[in-house]
Amino acid sequence: MSEQTNHTEHEHHVTSPTVYIVILFSLLVGTALTVWASFIDLGPWNPVIALAIATSKAMLVVLFFMGVKYSTKLTKLTVIAGIFIFLGLISMTLSDYMSRAWGRW
Amino acid sequence: MSDSPIAGPAHGHGALAEAGDPHHGEHPSYQRHHFETVDQQADATNFAMWLFLLTEVMFFGGLFTAYLIYRNWYYPAFVAASHQLDVRWGSLNTLVLILSSFTMAMGVWCSETRRRNGLMLCLTLTFILGMAFLGIKTIEYHEKWEKHHIPGLHYSLQSFLDPASDEAAAKYGDSPLPLDMARHTELYFFLYFAMTGMHALHMIIGIAILGFMIVRARAGAYTNGHVTFVENFGLYWHFVDIVWIYLFALLYLISRHQ
Amino acid sequence: MSATIVSLPDQSTARIPKTNFLTKENGLLSWLLTGDHKRIAILYLISITFFFFVGGALAGLIRLELLTPQSDLMATDTYNKVFTMHGVVMIFLFLVPSVPATLGNFFIPMMIGAKDLALPKINLLSWYLYVAGGILVIYTMAAGGVDTGWTFTTPLSTHYINTNVMSTGMAVFIAGFSSIFTGLNFIVTLHKMRCPGMTWFRLPLFCWAHYAASILMVLGTPVLAIAIVLVALERTVGIGVFDPTKGGDPILFQHLFWFYSHPAVYIMILPGMGVISETISTFSRKRVFGYTAVAFSSVAIAVFGFFVWAHHMFIMGISNYAVLVFSLLTMLVAVPSAIKIFNWTFTLYKGSITFETPMLYSFGFMGLFTIGGLTGVFLGASGTDIHLTETYFIVAHFHFVMVGGMLMAFLAGIHFWWPKMTGRMYPEKISQMAAVVTFIGFNFTFFPQFILGMLGMPRRYAAYPPEFQVLNVFSTAGATILGVGYLLPVLYLTWSLKYGEIAGNNPWQATGLEWQTQSPPLTENFTRIPIMDHEAYDYEWLEAQQAKEVASVR
Repeated sequence: MSEQTNHTEHEHHVTSPTVYIVILFSLLVGTALTVWASFIDLGPWNPVIALAIATSKAMLVVLFFMGVKYSTKLTKLTVIAGIFIFLGLISMTLSDYMSRAWGRW
Repeated sequence: MSDSPIAGPAHGHGALAEAGDPHHGEHPSYQRHHFETVDQQADATNFAMWLFLLTEVMFFGGLFTAYLIYRNWYYPAFVAASHQLDVRWGSLNTLVLILSSFTMAMGVWCSETRRRNGLMLCLTLTFILGMAFLGIKTIEYHEKWEKHHIPGLHYSLQSFLDPASDEAAAKYGDSPLPLDMARHTELYFFLYFAMTGMHALHMIIGIAILGFMIVRARAGAYTNGHVTFVENFGLYWHFVDIVWIYLFALLYLISRHQ
Repeated sequence: MSATIVSLPDQSTARIPKTNFLTKENGLLSWLLTGDHKRIAILYLISITFFFFVGGALAGLIRLELLTPQSDLMATDTYNKVFTMHGVVMIFLFLVPSVPATLGNFFIPMMIGAKDLALPKINLLSWYLYVAGGILVIYTMAAGGVDTGWTFTTPLSTHYINTNVMSTGMAVFIAGFSSIFTGLNFIVTLHKMRCPGMTWFRLPLFCWAHYAASILMVLGTPVLAIAIVLVALERTVGIGVFDPTKGGDPILFQHLFWFYSHPAVYIMILPGMGVISETISTFSRKRVFGYTAVAFSSVAIAVFGFFVWAHHMFIMGISNYAVLVFSLLTMLVAVPSAIKIFNWTFTLYKGSITFETPMLYSFGFMGLFTIGGLTGVFLGASGTDIHLTETYFIVAHFHFVMVGGMLMAFLAGIHFWWPKMTGRMYPEKISQMAAVVTFIGFNFTFFPQFILGMLGMPRRYAAYPPEFQVLNVFSTAGATILGVGYLLPVLYLTWSLKYGEIAGNNPWQATGLEWQTQSPPLTENFTRIPIMDHEAYDYEWLEAQQAKEVASVR
């Protein structure tokens, strides 16, 4: 991972507006979908679907609006590290709650 | 007392080895002196912004953890309380923010392709959309104030003990909650205000920086090859959007079926 | 102790270089508005030394009170305030920034061949945030202190205490951001500012240690920030997030608090371990044994360190399942620390060891940190922890790792790099004596506390059963000796600024890019960006360099 700083060419990927428009519409569709799904009784699957749609939308923003799809390995690793620790906080804390006080109080 | 460089005879590494030379005129005015090249500066500041966003993820993370636990413990209270939020305002806000992320991404594109007027338009649109978001949030908060649903400020359990008396609760056919569960709605609203409030604070800061950027963009500061400021701000703005995507799903859409 | 590797220039002709980072610009503003990482490091050094002595004075008050079994020197409420402020000051205002903000700030750019850190303005901001946090702590003390313990356990801190929780919380919040920005700066710098040829595995282990600590700073500290915000909101608005009567869970606070505070102890110790790698190598004239293992163990400590926090909560009401999981993981996290101790020991084996002051502190570190770390393993086993927690065993454990470990490493580093920072040597004999005095005083102070803990003396109590008095008196006597040991360096280091011998570039004949420049360094560190063409700790390369050097002109 030694950074060679002697490249003069800026290897910066410029995403085209077309891609942005496609992503925009995907996000709008996703929003409509998740609102619609919340009005349907899917039992325990409601939160799962809501979070799945939210996560897909977030991924689209991260990959395309924030450019991670075309970014360096370091950027990708940074994003993954952040998600990993965030999930670690939540899951390890939940492991305590789930094993002593879970479900309706 | 000698301060000879490390490798014996100087290697011909061109611009790099001459970093200490005060006569280098080849680097752009916006390059800071401790960086060897603009690329290094762009890389470093971009990485720094990503790391800052990681700290923000962990900062909100604590609030999300609290939310997850209490939603599980007091699910009926959370459902009933979430019905007090107008899903139309929430959806509209989500659309507004997604659109603002789009305009921000377009702004970055304009900066990269050196379109000064395009950049100013995109930044201005993002600014306006951001203000629209805050405006809608103000309307929502005001509504909560009117209905005494702000924790700690004359919080009222009326809507939850007697849903028939409340328009929003009646629409969903909510049944009355027992007293202790009704009390836990205050916890929901605390998390609602804490999380959306923290989010709104980040929006306000973002809008303020946007204002500054519009002025600088007019002077051509971001369309001369110096893309990084717009790019890095864009990362921040998109992050704030992502937080809202999750807040919307978790706070507004718990369960709207009846 | 007559053998020494010190090699100073001829004192009759040696001079401090006229142009250096200290003389480059004059005036208060040139310091208060500087972007130079070296000046910021000096600013930090002065401020943390100040807060160290504030915390030390509080420690003195604690030990004075504990001379007698009754709470006779001060009221119990006051005693609670004294130990709380001692903890807050020592942890947040001294230990967390100690090595990173002073030695890390000063030397990481030089070690990687860069002219400054990646974000000099953020560096300066970081110092101002630290000072703001410090001022708030002073204000808190003046306003009567806070008595919740540095751990702010709920619901005590949210519902039952009338003291200055808010201002202390704000102080810690602000100081936390200081720490975050320092860590952020280091990560960016280490990734993006290394000079040509400086691969990751040619970096001094000091840099690896700081990299690992910085990851912890960046990812852990924000969770502390939100925990404090929640406590503040609970105290002001009273919404019940930690209030059992309103359906909240006080243990949630502890989960969020310790999610940071356990990695915090690694934030505190890792940079110290980085220093030890440098000093052990230099004073045995040998490359660090198992470089890769030591480098990766730093990162391993950082990663594992995120997943063990509930071992601070074994008796607080978490589930048995959680106790099991966290206890197992805690056993794992001890392994990388042990790997380092083994590797340093193997570095010493067949090395040419000399006993200059930094080496004395390093030996002290190795012995005392080992004891402290081992007792940590005892505490990580949930069965023994139930007996030993909240007793003086814990107090002894963390003082062994933090004071016997970290503080000794800090002093080792200060002495090791003093000639580079100031251009002058400290007086060797008195400093060696101070190191020995510190070691003796430390052991007298804290070893009895292990015994007290095993016998059952609880921590955070102003009064105790009379049968514990003898050991407490021992401990206080040791504390007095320890105080002398810490005062001496302040005196002789200040003295050395004017009267110390001129050090020259490389008095220790150390490898490392920082030693190949003048002492004190230039503002821009290097006149030409160096090109790294040898491995770390390459003493053969150093010999070849010295053979080529022109020592005098005829």
